[in-house]
Amino acid sequence: MPTEILMPALSPTMEEGKLSKWTVKEGDEVAAGDVIAEIETDKATMEVEAVDEGKIAKILVEEGTDAVKVNTPIALLLGEDENESDLEEAPSGDKGSKANGGSAPSAPEPEAKGKEPQKEDEKLGRKDGPVSVLVAMDKAEPPEDPDVPEGTEFEEQTVREALRDAMAEEMRRDGDVFVMGEEVAEYQGAYKVTQGLLDEFGERRVIDTPITEHGFAGLGVGAAFAGLKPIVEFMTFNFAMQAMDQIINSAAKTLYMAGGQMGCPMVFRGPNGAAARVAAQHSQDYAAWYSQIPGLKVIQPHTAADAKGLLKAAIRDPNPVIFLENEILYGQSFPVPKLDDFVLPIGKAKIARKGSDATIVSFGIGMTHALKAAEQLAEQGIDCEVIDLRTLRPLDIETVIRSVKKTNRCVTVEEGWPQNSIGSWIASQLMVKAFDHLDAPVLSVTGKDVPMPYAANLEKLALPSAKEVVEAVRAVSYAD
Amino acid sequence: MAAAKTPSQTGTGQRRSRSRSQNSSAKTRGKANENGNPPVGATAERPNTETAEKSAFDPIVFSKDEDLKAYREMLLVRRFEEKAGQLYGMGLIGGFCHLYIGQEAVVVGMQMALKEGDQVTTTYRDHGHMLATGMDPKGVMAELTGRRSGYSHGKGGSMHMFSREKNFFGGHGIVGASVPIGTGLAFANRYRENDCVSITYFGDGAANQGQVYESFNMAKLWSLPVIYVIENNQYGMGTSVARASATTELCKRGESFDIPGHQVDGMDVRAVKAAGDFAAEHARSGKGPMILEMLTYRYRGHSMSDPAKYRSKEEVQKMRTEHDAIEQVKKRLMESHGMSEDDVKAVDKEIRGVVNQAAEFAQNDPEPDPSELWTDVYVEA
Ligand SMILES: Cc1ncc(C[n+]2csc(CCOP(=O)(O)OP(=O)(O)O)c2C)c(N)n1
Ligand SMILES: [Mg+2]
Repeated sequence: MPTEILMPALSPTMEEGKLSKWTVKEGDEVAAGDVIAEIETDKATMEVEAVDEGKIAKILVEEGTDAVKVNTPIALLLGEDENESDLEEAPSGDKGSKANGGSAPSAPEPEAKGKEPQKEDEKLGRKDGPVSVLVAMDKAEPPEDPDVPEGTEFEEQTVREALRDAMAEEMRRDGDVFVMGEEVAEYQGAYKVTQGLLDEFGERRVIDTPITEHGFAGLGVGAAFAGLKPIVEFMTFNFAMQAMDQIINSAAKTLYMAGGQMGCPMVFRGPNGAAARVAAQHSQDYAAWYSQIPGLKVIQPHTAADAKGLLKAAIRDPNPVIFLENEILYGQSFPVPKLDDFVLPIGKAKIARKGSDATIVSFGIGMTHALKAAEQLAEQGIDCEVIDLRTLRPLDIETVIRSVKKTNRCVTVEEGWPQNSIGSWIASQLMVKAFDHLDAPVLSVTGKDVPMPYAANLEKLALPSAKEVVEAVRAVSYAD
Repeated sequence: MAAAKTPSQTGTGQRRSRSRSQNSSAKTRGKANENGNPPVGATAERPNTETAEKSAFDPIVFSKDEDLKAYREMLLVRRFEEKAGQLYGMGLIGGFCHLYIGQEAVVVGMQMALKEGDQVTTTYRDHGHMLATGMDPKGVMAELTGRRSGYSHGKGGSMHMFSREKNFFGGHGIVGASVPIGTGLAFANRYRENDCVSITYFGDGAANQGQVYESFNMAKLWSLPVIYVIENNQYGMGTSVARASATTELCKRGESFDIPGHQVDGMDVRAVKAAGDFAAEHARSGKGPMILEMLTYRYRGHSMSDPAKYRSKEEVQKMRTEHDAIEQVKKRLMESHGMSEDDVKAVDKEIRGVVNQAAEFAQNDPEPDPSELWTDVYVEA
């Protein structure tokens, strides 16, 4: 039986890709490790290597084919002791469906089950998933930021592109702004957020560092004391734990300790929270941690427009700003206003969806669950108002209170752990400042109180979901 | 003998990488002298060939049994990793998956120098280390697929696996983290006055981390029995050693702490074993830590999603065809130990069988029970 060569998954979040090029043709002999094809994803072009030796008997997916799903057989390989007649042995019904892009039939049962939850997760990153709903909604209701004049045109951009543009615009504007971090320059960013910056600004201002977070974060602080405006990228915020002392003891506290003489005008940015199955040491949400620190400003945007407007604001801000991004959101597209200088105010929440029955408060990737839940609840006759906090410190509690005075119910959503979460702070603030307006206790939907597990089924259980948000809103609405 | 000339060295031309062995006058093979200088075969006595530039250790002569053992173990790692790459491509393994292909001689050679009770600690590029310590390929593969019979019951994944039984202390996802931890295991050996040694692996990229030097200081200060094995595979993700490190002879990084260090041809399992014997003897006899810089190479990308634009295909191909650790042993088996092509193929087949069984097992084993989400956060007190 010939071996099927399947469309490979090349990253934790990849679902499909373009088969851009075959570097072998039918009849070619290949050895394990030979490059046989090139694949393009939104992040990069990658080479596919043969895993077995043999002869390329048949190419099933032509080069140039877009959106080839992971696991689709793309070619057939004949082993040493096989010949063309073995091709016939491949069950013909099977073969037809596989060539049409069906999933690999050889995948055994438990695997298929195991895989399912992840597919669910990955939908977060898919354009035809809930995202298109968001995009459509944002289009119908353009952001009501005062900074966007009426009649402004919008363009679709990924969060990744918006972040890059924000940095590029600020670097053009101010020669003191520079970017440093691991793989930000030559590699173009581990997640390609700094793509093109080295080309435009050169190695003086776009700097690859060694893998020494504590050192380069502290070095950034020193440079900021001297008046430069560093953007320090952490490959992910998980690694910023090594730099925690410099961020908090040096960056956040110096202005105060120096009686206002000198501060730390800089940005620490990078992806925060879970990606897809990267397990406990690479999946932590630090929103609540940083939001506790006086002296820091903390931002976690959801949309591309907010990412752009707020990153520009963060770079200009004379204080240290923690700018939390999300790997799964990087590839999602949103409308971004076409303005020469689109800057949003730090510290202002946004009403992402208007409603009257209950308030859902979230930020960052949590907004995906919040908005999806709001859609489902609308169908069930519960009209939710969804607030995107955008900034976690200073936190715009006024906007939340105003909404709760109208709806009398509140549910918070975040990926982080429950104890001392952003949600628990909002709940306590509402109890103090809007006690008489609450018709039900504030409920928080959070990540589960455990380190992030690796197994697909457990990871799914550990993360918050739209379903849990729906249940919480129904509970505060006494709907069941 | 095979000399793996590494690309970064070709570039630096004049580089002399022989650590402090130049002054060596020790003549007893496998025995450390007072200063931790290597025995006979040290580069000082060798002509200035590529190898002399490279390794402070002459590869010792392997018996047929030793070569066969090395062949099996290295092949197991390679075939296992190829299979893991395949399962990743099929979506059966998720998250980050860092393959060890190309570096097999390092763990296999070191493991041949260890004795029962010695501990091993490493980074996220850990599959090879686990197989070399004798952990069951089925349990490792099932962890990669996130199933209940995996070493961490599916909760740790590729980067976080452990085995108390085999004295394998992880599997650590954070760059540099393995170094103080391995040092702490050595501290426990010292404390208990057993004669075990802690083998602490880390990468060339990790070698710049502050915690490495904090560990070096304590290890020397307290004469801890630890061998620091720097797996210098020339790159930390997409950054070459020269672009990340002010000094590139990583074996010398212990100098200011008076920790002896040596560079080793990490593509030659015999040289690795010789270095391992030497360092283990040094540590066991109470002389404290030693650094072994293994010059090696990873053939695959940093992780599965690395387009590897930072190096040329020719560079990779050259290492594969000219210096492959497994091919070197295979050649010896056939040319010096009288094995036929068929004999070798039979071994290959057997290893393939072991790996296929592991893959089969890892695909059919069920996912962890949902209740496992809540277990193992605390030990019942
Ligand atoms: C503190 C920290 N920073 C960044 C990372 C992301 N990261 C994982 S592996 C790696 C490169 C490490 O290179 P090296 O030490 O040479 O080991 P190799 O991968 O070559 O085995 C980086 C930057 C991490 N895991 N931990
Ligand atoms: Mg390396």
